[in-house]
Amino acid sequence: MTAAPLLSVQSLEAWYGRAHILTGVDLTVGRGEVVALMGRNGAGKTTTLKAIMGLVESRRGRVALDSRDVSSLPPHRMARLGVGYVPEDRRIFADLTVEENLEVGRQPPRPGAPAWTPEKLFALFPNLAEMRGRRGTRMSGGEQQMLTLARTLMGNPSLLLLDEPSEGLAPIIVRQMADAVRRLKAEGLSVLVSEQNLSFAAVVADRASVIEKGQVRWTGAMADLMADEAARRAYLAL
Amino acid sequence: MSFLLVQALSGLATAATLFLVSSGLTIVFGVTRIVNFAHGSFYMLGAYLGWSLIERFGTTPAGFWGSVAAAALGAGALGAAMEAGLLRRLYRSPELFQLLGTFGVVLVLQDVTSWIWGAEDLLGRRAPGLKGSVDILGQPFPLYDLMLIGLGPLVLGMLWLLFNRTRWGTLVRAATQDRGMTAALGVDPARLFTGVLFLGSALAGLGGALQVPREAVNLHMDMAIVVEAFVVVVVGGMGSLTGAFLASLLIGQLQAFGILIFPQITLVLVFLFMAVVLVLRPHGLMGRAEEIPPTTAASLAPPLSAGAGVGLWAALLLAGLALAPLAAGDYALIVLTEMIILALMAASLHLLIGLGGLVSFGHAAWFGLGAYGAALLVKHLGAPMPLALAAAPLVAGVGALVAGWFCVRRSGLYFAMLTLAFAQIVWSVTFQWYGFTGGDNGIVGVWPPPWAAGKAVYYWLTLALCAGALALLRRAAFAPFGYALRAGRDSALRAESVGIDVRRHQWFAFALAGSAAGLAGGLYAFSKGSVFPTLMAVPASVDALVMVLMGGLQTVSGPLAGAAAFHLLEAEVMRVTDWWRLALGLVIVALVLLFPKGIVGFLADLRRRG
Amino acid sequence: MSRPGSRLEVRDLHRAFGGVQAVRGVSFTLESGDLLALIGPNGAGKSTCFNLLNGQLRPDRGSVRLDGAELVGLPPRRVWALGVGRTFQITATFASMTVAENVQMVFLSRARRLFGLWRPAAACFREEALALLDRVGMASQAERPCGVLAYGDLKRVELAMALASDPKILLMDEPTAGMAPTERLELMALTAALVRERGLAVLFTEHDMDVVFGHATRVLVLDRGRTIAEGPPEAVRADARVQSVYLGGDA
Repeated sequence: MTAAPLLSVQSLEAWYGRAHILTGVDLTVGRGEVVALMGRNGAGKTTTLKAIMGLVESRRGRVALDSRDVSSLPPHRMARLGVGYVPEDRRIFADLTVEENLEVGRQPPRPGAPAWTPEKLFALFPNLAEMRGRRGTRMSGGEQQMLTLARTLMGNPSLLLLDEPSEGLAPIIVRQMADAVRRLKAEGLSVLVSEQNLSFAAVVADRASVIEKGQVRWTGAMADLMADEAARRAYLAL
Repeated sequence: MSFLLVQALSGLATAATLFLVSSGLTIVFGVTRIVNFAHGSFYMLGAYLGWSLIERFGTTPAGFWGSVAAAALGAGALGAAMEAGLLRRLYRSPELFQLLGTFGVVLVLQDVTSWIWGAEDLLGRRAPGLKGSVDILGQPFPLYDLMLIGLGPLVLGMLWLLFNRTRWGTLVRAATQDRGMTAALGVDPARLFTGVLFLGSALAGLGGALQVPREAVNLHMDMAIVVEAFVVVVVGGMGSLTGAFLASLLIGQLQAFGILIFPQITLVLVFLFMAVVLVLRPHGLMGRAEEIPPTTAASLAPPLSAGAGVGLWAALLLAGLALAPLAAGDYALIVLTEMIILALMAASLHLLIGLGGLVSFGHAAWFGLGAYGAALLVKHLGAPMPLALAAAPLVAGVGALVAGWFCVRRSGLYFAMLTLAFAQIVWSVTFQWYGFTGGDNGIVGVWPPPWAAGKAVYYWLTLALCAGALALLRRAAFAPFGYALRAGRDSALRAESVGIDVRRHQWFAFALAGSAAGLAGGLYAFSKGSVFPTLMAVPASVDALVMVLMGGLQTVSGPLAGAAAFHLLEAEVMRVTDWWRLALGLVIVALVLLFPKGIVGFLADLRRRG
Repeated sequence: MSRPGSRLEVRDLHRAFGGVQAVRGVSFTLESGDLLALIGPNGAGKSTCFNLLNGQLRPDRGSVRLDGAELVGLPPRRVWALGVGRTFQITATFASMTVAENVQMVFLSRARRLFGLWRPAAACFREEALALLDRVGMASQAERPCGVLAYGDLKRVELAMALASDPKILLMDEPTAGMAPTERLELMALTAALVRERGLAVLFTEHDMDVVFGHATRVLVLDRGRTIAEGPPEAVRADARVQSVYLGGDA
């Protein structure tokens, strides 16, 4: 990849209250690439995605999108530049129906990014199609996770920040989720996915960045991480 | 039978206006989480704007309805301007600052309205085409009120369509549930909030403009309606439109029939109703429990410093004050006496806010209860002053004990609303129970006996009693009780998990603060020689909050300085201008804008930068 | 300080949040001298378990008994009074007070003297508080306000506050989160020593596997609200299901 990466993060630091969670994160996501952000609980995966999106109270460092410095933009500006954020705790609008949830996420189409409609998304997530008029309070965890992703796609993002999509889901839903991420890649989306589940990451990701104590300690091809047992033991295992 | 029907219909007409105003308040609260005092001001402005326009254009139906619509839009525009200029900077501030900031706007708008339209009541033109009345089972009923009855459900229906069938409405509902996530999906929160304030204020303005043909437009409309709208919103469940509609209907009927059954206490009835509803359904009729996260991070709390050599300084100050009558004239002594009384009042409120984190918006109730307790004893039983002064803290303390039992059941905004409601109960009883309290004529002739009638003697008496009470409050602040109160404020979670019964400490503190304020009130009654219901009205409670705020929350001596500064400022400004409310309102708005995170937050920011 | 051993019996705890089963059927026993680690992936139900044990949440089903007495249904402060202390994942101290005063508050609470209106709180139980702070290595910072402490130091203050009530059972939710590696090992060594000295029983959650396998006497692994393994550290580490949960396996 010779062109500038779609997302480039340099020395990103973030605080939660007074706790210094990210001490200097560097990573890149190329166009059409799926990068897995791996690491144990508490390593800083979720905070990294939030800090890129502008959802933490204090941060420092450089975030560039398409070589443009976006380090100080608020979340809604990031979203309008084509960054879609899918939170780990789902945060669907429980009082709104499935269709209304999608409506909140809707943004105009963007050149260079796949354009989504509810119909296209219902084709991708058939479960959702059956409950378009249902409120979020009456959905299972897996259905909520699908809706969160679909809702973000309605903004026609070119880059997706996907936080632990497989967490707490039944194995069959996890497989559906992995299929969906691969379809999105095929559509041309770039994805930064934080993940603890190594087999999920192995299925969807091209590259991996492993984060430990607020810094990226290992970066390389996903296949190399799978082959490098020492690295896995050091950063991910018991 | 027909009489009852007409009574019920007039209740429905009241409910319609109430719903228009409270729907706006509840929509604004749902999204911004700010209880907007100025909402009543937009209602009042809607009425004044409507009056002016109707006077000029209201001879034809088109002119009349066009004027009403224009008045509503004008109020909406003002609300939007307030969001962009003030509220936007307060979303992350403590509730105290949000409430005070919007109350500052109330004061400013009161004087501005008075400046433009004058202080006289204004009688408006009746609506062309709706001037007559219809016969309902032989009783005449105004056509205009019939129109209002239809308008309530119509507006509810239109709001329902707006929120459920338009993109904007969907976004507002989404933001009501999760502002952060809505922003992360590309929705500009600032623009959305400005729009919500426009809508909410326009509804208030509409309610006001529609009153022009029904009642005289006056400068007291703002507080009267906003307090009622608070009750509707709290009873209905904060943020719920259908809840507001239901509560409006219930309260409209309560008022219509209450006046037949309990003519003496109609004003109290709604507040009692609210208290009952809150005990039975803590989140209102249609409200839902706020989700409280199982763990909350300790907020940045003001440290409380004993300060070195405080005892010495206190002794010097006391000595200086004790010697004051040697140098000061009668006028200066009167000002000093009042200053000392207000210092006790402010210190008692600080016990709740500074130590307990409990923002009371009705503290003047206890001050007033003490004052009235003393004055009534003198008037009805001819009690001597020492007995009346001893009764003042007792009466106020008992009142606070009863109200506190309800209030400490909720925290934050709900606590503030409940204290406000109880203060209104106390105020309305005083105001309405003409035979016992003298109503708004107050009670006069409450003078000290001859031995204490000299300004200097009464000053010394006040100084001795207040200094003693202040010393006790200070002692309590540094005793385990004060610490336990702070512990509950710093981290209720941690406090409960080390065995501290947070609610009981808060309850006790509420009663203690109430009785200290009651003593201050008793002393005030004898210093002025008279008592009036305004002593316990909402503006008096706000004055006390401003004193505490001016002095700063982080020191026990802060409120003393705040009370002194406030009283001097008030006396000086009142001497040079009639626009005291305008000046005070601007001071309040400036305070909350300059220190949006509170004075302590401001200092902490300074420390971080430095 | 030793006394007859205490025993916390947890039987078949269930708790759902809006249709999502956070904890389903967790049972275990905790006795004096135990240092039991509760581990599992994010969302496995660890924090919910903690909140169920100290009364902050009420289980949908199940029982928690301390020496035979049922704790379910009691508010946190009653559970505390019966001898169950806890520390929090995100530290919760009284930020406006000094370190010593934080610990003094707990002593005052235990002595039921919180409604005192006269004697300054700062003078009550000062010696006792300083002695405890010395034990956790915070004596030198006793006069600093808690609001300005480093994260790791707050964790130690929390430990001192928990110990001040002389608990039988101590629940520690991520006691070493946010600490430097050497600090973590120090804190856990201190905890282990306290377990021996005082006959405490400790239940803790932890992400750092070095801490878990270096100090725990037993390990309990949760996944999606269920216990999937329990036993001595080495046996749990070798367990195939545990391996798959942590390494991904064929989930």
